[in-house]
Amino acid sequence: MSIVGRHLLGLDGMGAEEIQFLLDSADSFREIAEREIKKVPTLRGKTVVSLFFESSTRTRTSFEIAAKRLSADFVSVNASASSVSKGESLLDTARNIAAMSPDALVVRHSRAGAPHFLARHVGCPVINAGDGAHEHPTQALLDLLTIRKEKGRIAGLKVAIVGDILHSRVTRSNLYALRTLGAEVRLVGPPTLVPRQLASWGDLHHNLEEGIRDADVVMMLRLQRERQGANFLPSLDEYSRYFCLTSAALDAAKPDAVVLHPGPINRGVEISSDVADSNRSAILDQVANGVAVRMATLYLLAGRVRDTEQRQTA
Amino acid sequence: MTQNLLIHGGRVIDPANDIDDQLDLLVRDGLVAELAPPSQIKHEGARIDASGCWVTPGLIDMHVHLREPGYEYKETVATGTLAAVAGGFTAVACMANTNPVNDSGAVTEYIIERARLANLARVHPIGAVSFGLEGRALAEIGEMREAGIVGISDDGMPIADGALMRRALEYAQLFDLPVIVHEEDPSLAANGVMHEGQTCLHLGLRGMPSAAEEAMVARDIAILEQTGGRLHIAHVSTVGSVRMLRDAKSRGLKVTAEVTPHHFMLTDQAVLDYDTNAKMKPPLRDATDVDHMIAALVDGTVDAIATDHAPHHRDEKEVEFDEAAFGIVGLETSLPLGLRLVRDAGLSPNALIRAMSVHPAEILNLNAGSLAVGKPADITVIDPEDRWTVDVNRLRSKSKNSPFGGWEMVGAARATIVGGGIKWPPQEAQ
Repeated sequence: MSIVGRHLLGLDGMGAEEIQFLLDSADSFREIAEREIKKVPTLRGKTVVSLFFESSTRTRTSFEIAAKRLSADFVSVNASASSVSKGESLLDTARNIAAMSPDALVVRHSRAGAPHFLARHVGCPVINAGDGAHEHPTQALLDLLTIRKEKGRIAGLKVAIVGDILHSRVTRSNLYALRTLGAEVRLVGPPTLVPRQLASWGDLHHNLEEGIRDADVVMMLRLQRERQGANFLPSLDEYSRYFCLTSAALDAAKPDAVVLHPGPINRGVEISSDVADSNRSAILDQVANGVAVRMATLYLLAGRVRDTEQRQTA
Repeated sequence: MTQNLLIHGGRVIDPANDIDDQLDLLVRDGLVAELAPPSQIKHEGARIDASGCWVTPGLIDMHVHLREPGYEYKETVATGTLAAVAGGFTAVACMANTNPVNDSGAVTEYIIERARLANLARVHPIGAVSFGLEGRALAEIGEMREAGIVGISDDGMPIADGALMRRALEYAQLFDLPVIVHEEDPSLAANGVMHEGQTCLHLGLRGMPSAAEEAMVARDIAILEQTGGRLHIAHVSTVGSVRMLRDAKSRGLKVTAEVTPHHFMLTDQAVLDYDTNAKMKPPLRDATDVDHMIAALVDGTVDAIATDHAPHHRDEKEVEFDEAAFGIVGLETSLPLGLRLVRDAGLSPNALIRAMSVHPAEILNLNAGSLAVGKPADITVIDPEDRWTVDVNRLRSKSKNSPFGGWEMVGAARATIVGGGIKWPPQEAQ
């Protein structure tokens, strides 16, 4: 009788109550990391399969630690090196995985909508661990958990998201949840990466200091190096000249503003080392909270009694 | 062979001859022999009861992909023309992006021979503008013309090279062929997979902006103004294209255009849930664009309805949205979707038949689109009230990639007659 749906594909359309419930659940799992024996038997006998079509060390590791702390068996498939290179279609991959009866599937894919496709074809809960430029719900949940820990609330906060908004799945998931919970969102970056068509998403700013002025939270995004080649920006140097978060720039934000970054950080490109390593940075708290959020997600989705009817139709 | 046939009790809508009346129509020797008020024609033999129906010049879909030769797993001339007659079409014009490409008289002849063997709808091949659709060297247009092409197009592969476009418009005048263009600036459309708008931003997919189409429409109208010749813009989809078209026509330029049923019926919202049957080029646009497509049909700025019937195998559509093939089938749903505009959008029955028969015949110089005595008896009998539900698995096309599955349709072809022979519904072997 959970209020959480069958899959976690995105935060778009998720209600405030459901988001808070997920955060509360995650909060209750944080304490396990501080125990000497960091393991509970909650998911004993359950199998969690991670299927990553795009390389990622930290998200996959975070899910693996989360699954293992819940005593689930965790099987990691590096799909970019296996089925895809043999020419297997995603549909066939889905059917093969379904035949092995996992209890949850964690998917990362470079194509937006790929987890939704899998969710239609496998008989188990699917957790989106990032699909193209679409959504990355567990990242946004860990960001929210971190913000809530730091600020005690989400509603009414001014949150500035800075960087490659256009291509950012982290932004999309955060945006939906932050707005649902009543935060004020600003999007900051050059017009190529923050085009005017995004006006309905929040206040757009093309100047870093204006964008983060009086912000409670400054969320920096990783700048993908390949954006240079496609003329979204002339060079990383020029980007950093205008959009690198330095301690001088951070003065525009509230004195107690917290700085987030989904990692991995490009030091000196979007964030300077003095900010990244300062006490205003909550970057490592985000990583710790990531495990708790993924434990909560796995617990709520994989922990259910399996729906045999769904399995038969898979 | 072709027996005499009386089509009686129907409403004859023949815009080319200003006829819209209750008339009986007699077919003799494959030609329209006589039109007369009800019950006046003496006839013993085959009859079609057209009570409650429209009797119109055969519908023509001037933009389809029959996939043969080369992609017979998607569609063949036989399955595609069966879908055509089932949808009320007596003729189709098929695009050149087969394998091998229709850039030679031999391929043109092959397609025509396959159509003769299928013996269903008439098939009018469209030849490639450039050899291999490579956008570099002009194909041997004269040779293809002699083999039977009715137009030239690199459809599917936009002509990026403005100089090639100019030469095509000039050279095609030698044969009075229209140059049919798929307007898409490849650098602006880049790797886009849907219309660049709010839905696209929301879904995190790469967009194709309206400007990708409009920049090319602007270029080609500018070239046409200089070269003369006949330009036909395939599947227009944006407000800006319609605006430029209206302006060019008002200045007397010989430019025509078609719109697809999906572009006047669906918006980019159909892509939500990553439905690959809503993926095509040009992409489904927004609600304002859709309104303008309908208005442009009603006011005549857009001349024709054409489906861009693009069959793809299930394996090419049941994949990630980014990987899915562009295009949808359309032959069996075009007529009822057109009739929807008659019911809901103020398109007159006359205007619908002009867009689906008269104008395509004029643009492609076909001896069709008219029920004048002596014309080939290519006739569609349309029941505008027939209610049915689209079941993609029952489509006659070999491919099932339609976004209209489950739609409630009103209107269907009661009979499709080609050269006096009844091609739909299927006849008992004689």
